[in-house]
Amino acid sequence: MDLEKLLSFDWGLMAPEFIILIATVLLTLLDLFLPKKVNRRILGWIAFASVLVAIAALGGLLGEQVGSILHDTFRLDSFAKAFKLLLLVGSALVLLLAIDYQPKEGLNEYRGEFYYLFLTGLLGTMIMSSSGDLITLFVGLELLSISSYILAGLRKKNLKSNESAMKYVINGSISTAITLFGMSYLYGITGSTNLKAMAGTLTTLNDPQYIYLLGLSFFMIFVGLSFKLASVPFHMWAPDVYEGAPTPVTAFLSVVSKIAGFVILIRVMVSIYSAIPMEDGTTPMLFGLQDFIGFLAAVTMIVGNLVALRQRNIKRLFAYSSIAHAGYLLVAFTAMSYVMFDSIWFYMLAYVFMNLGAFAIIQLVTTKVGSEDIAHFAGLYRRAPILAVTMAVFILSLAGIPGTAGFIGKLNIFLGALMVSPSHYVLASIMIATSVISYFYYFGIMTQMFFRPRAEEGKLKVPAATTAVLIICAAATILFGVMPQLAFDFLQSNFNQFLDFMG
Amino acid sequence: MDSFYLSLLVFSPLLGIVLLAFMPKANENGLKMLGVLGTVPAVILALMAYFSYLGGKSLESFAEQVNWIQFGSFGALDPNLFTVKYELGIDGFALLMIVLTSVLALLAAIASFHIKKEWKGYFMLFLLLEIGMLGVFTAQNLILFFIFFEVTLIPMFFLIGKWGYFDKEKAAYSFLIYNGLGSAVLLIVIMVLFAKTGTTNIEALKVLVNSPEQVLTPISESLKMGLFIALLIAFGVKLPIFPLHSWMLRVHVEAPPSIVMLHSGILLKIGAFGLIRFGMGIFPEQFQQLAVLIAVLGVVNLLYGAFLALIQTDFKMVLAYSSISHMGIVLIGLGAYNEAGVQGAIFQVVSHGLISALLFFLVSVLYERVQTTHLKNLGGLAKGMPIVSGFLLAGAMASLGLPGMSGFVSEFMAFLGLFKEMPILAAVGALGIILTAVYLLRAVLAITYGKSNREYAGIRDLRSYEWAPVLVLIGLIILIGVYPAVLSQPLETLVLGIGG
Repeated sequence: MDLEKLLSFDWGLMAPEFIILIATVLLTLLDLFLPKKVNRRILGWIAFASVLVAIAALGGLLGEQVGSILHDTFRLDSFAKAFKLLLLVGSALVLLLAIDYQPKEGLNEYRGEFYYLFLTGLLGTMIMSSSGDLITLFVGLELLSISSYILAGLRKKNLKSNESAMKYVINGSISTAITLFGMSYLYGITGSTNLKAMAGTLTTLNDPQYIYLLGLSFFMIFVGLSFKLASVPFHMWAPDVYEGAPTPVTAFLSVVSKIAGFVILIRVMVSIYSAIPMEDGTTPMLFGLQDFIGFLAAVTMIVGNLVALRQRNIKRLFAYSSIAHAGYLLVAFTAMSYVMFDSIWFYMLAYVFMNLGAFAIIQLVTTKVGSEDIAHFAGLYRRAPILAVTMAVFILSLAGIPGTAGFIGKLNIFLGALMVSPSHYVLASIMIATSVISYFYYFGIMTQMFFRPRAEEGKLKVPAATTAVLIICAAATILFGVMPQLAFDFLQSNFNQFLDFMG
Repeated sequence: MDSFYLSLLVFSPLLGIVLLAFMPKANENGLKMLGVLGTVPAVILALMAYFSYLGGKSLESFAEQVNWIQFGSFGALDPNLFTVKYELGIDGFALLMIVLTSVLALLAAIASFHIKKEWKGYFMLFLLLEIGMLGVFTAQNLILFFIFFEVTLIPMFFLIGKWGYFDKEKAAYSFLIYNGLGSAVLLIVIMVLFAKTGTTNIEALKVLVNSPEQVLTPISESLKMGLFIALLIAFGVKLPIFPLHSWMLRVHVEAPPSIVMLHSGILLKIGAFGLIRFGMGIFPEQFQQLAVLIAVLGVVNLLYGAFLALIQTDFKMVLAYSSISHMGIVLIGLGAYNEAGVQGAIFQVVSHGLISALLFFLVSVLYERVQTTHLKNLGGLAKGMPIVSGFLLAGAMASLGLPGMSGFVSEFMAFLGLFKEMPILAAVGALGIILTAVYLLRAVLAITYGKSNREYAGIRDLRSYEWAPVLVLIGLIILIGVYPAVLSQPLETLVLGIGG
């Protein structure tokens, strides 16, 4: 490939990725050459600024037509744009939390790495959301995974952090291997790694023998990817890893990494498996497998919500809660209704704000005391009334109480599940019932904050960056709960129902 | 201005909440005053609406709507499809409930003077609760109804859990979970209707559900029946209907009496309101098919509540079971499914709201002075506080249905309705009325004239600010008793033609 050809690509499509990449390289060099005594937090601000610039660049691309470069391995369609926006916003908020993260021991020397590893992880997720080819998709996935493995174990002197990283690596590699194995079937049958080319080949496939192989590959890919979603059957890592990882990393894993997991799931499954005709020749394979996905969604919701009831450690509790939320999102995926993309996107939007807001407060309350027992929230209302009320907003939203974004998100998912025919009554009922079960543990935190006498003396100081996170998250949670049409209009006007997903 | 009258009414307590937020925490009297004043605008607006209705203004003119959320992208097909509007409006029943809610909220705010701590948080939640209650009665679509319904849930959880008595947290949780499950069932019904018809507007649903040719996806008869039963369960938790009532006993006993005034006076009535508005409105055929079941449930409620009230040793428990028993009369009226019955049920809703508010206000007064509501520890109070005792007796009389008071009118009409349709069942139910007299007189006489194991010397009778709620409530009870037209006039069009 000569230079002329190289330059002929429309590199502008990759502008957000380039910005993050350049910032990462810059931060690596700065970290290397800056004198030891310079506070590395400045790197965090640079990383944050670069994410903002990337958001602006993405904003500039919103109006663009769908385009692809590098032999269709990198696609910028509405789907990629919409979810990249969520990934970038989520990462920006996580970085703000990271800037204010001051644990008792174990982070001082590695602060620089802390920031740019977030950026490499983010870069991985962005490539995943834009990839039109299994190879780039996998590269993105690995970039995210490896960055998160290191991030989880960044507090090298901390036993829990080490345990967390170790478990994460082992589970992660197994799941990756399974995914890859599943993908190899696809490659074997179609002889291509390009999603579109594969879909094209598979549509014309009329040998029923392949259906079973394809079914096998479907389950392998789904099971492997369920690791990133933290959904059943690959959810067991979440509590341990969430508990041991530094809090901003936990926030990153539970929000950004999870969104990326759904992005890749939808990209692969919908592109490929909706192209395969079942034996009867009309229904796509994806619809034929709905019941199985639905079953996994139901089990995920039940396991997440029931086990969360018994948690005393707030980060473990949120790990199970995030498993439950993955289950809710899978309901939307199972239903495959007209509103699937909208409802998943909106739910994730709500989830970014409510979950990161909650993690901001968890970080504030737990980092100083060095323990994450839920009892440290006791009497928070006495200690810091505004913080307690803000936390209440996030919790209500996570529980899906009206007036918050979480409620509208759930409503949208229900609607999707019931709108299709035949309606998923059982799945919708399980989702509602488990939501009520979740009241138990979510309101358990409320009980601690509002009804119990205060556990810790001393004022809570809220640093500037965390304040910003809290204000943004609380405002967005309420705004999208009261006026969700803002977000729906945004979706309508910029992404045109994601019609170009398949095209 | 006129077009946003109801919004103004529903959200008027918000002003109080905002002002309270700026009031210093320690300023007890200021907070209490502001808390009471916060409920006043709603009372004024509600009464103005009521009198302008009597003056000939049509209720439809209060309706208002704004586009709110549009799910999916069906705008090109039909702009109303899968659209949820912010729409408020009232009919005669809703008008009565709004007046009742706003008045009781004001009186309960006065009763809240007995609250001992953290007035700021208390009154802010109290006013939020009022917004939720007012909203429930004015919402014109199911999603909006559900939202307001849930808005009442959260403040109640905190009000019970923080300001209640000994076992308050347990009571708060059982309130939350029972009602959470109830509203979960309700939400399923709402979403199924929404998904099948593309609208949640109640008036539109009344037409669509019963004319299969117009619906996106037809709703089968068995699905309709399922939805109606689900609705019955959802509102049965709230009302409460017999096996689903245990949470409500806890709330009655553990919550502060000022909150129980609202809980028993308004929140339980949301169940009846929902059954009439949605059950009867959207699923009239199914309602008719299950009318016998509803009447039987009503009689069971009536007798069960009455028998258990007979053996209670705590006055609050007596009143709690009495509430169950009286809600049975609502069900009896609905089960009759004719004009008299339904009108009786609605009368009972309003009348019991007033009576239980009066009784719980007096409980609040009593508890503040003697720190107990146990019948054993109370007795001979007629000597120390003759006025309170007198009103207690009056409240009991109203509750057992003495002619000339509101309780009589409603019970009479509900039973009249049922005797027309199912005379045997009605005869069994009538036993409950006798039991009501027995358990109420037993409890009230024990308090006023009975022997006590404690001495109450120098006990304080009704204070000046405590007169107002008592007089207003008694006044309204007697007004309805002697001149029921204040209620029946707004209901005329509503109950006309029920039961064919």
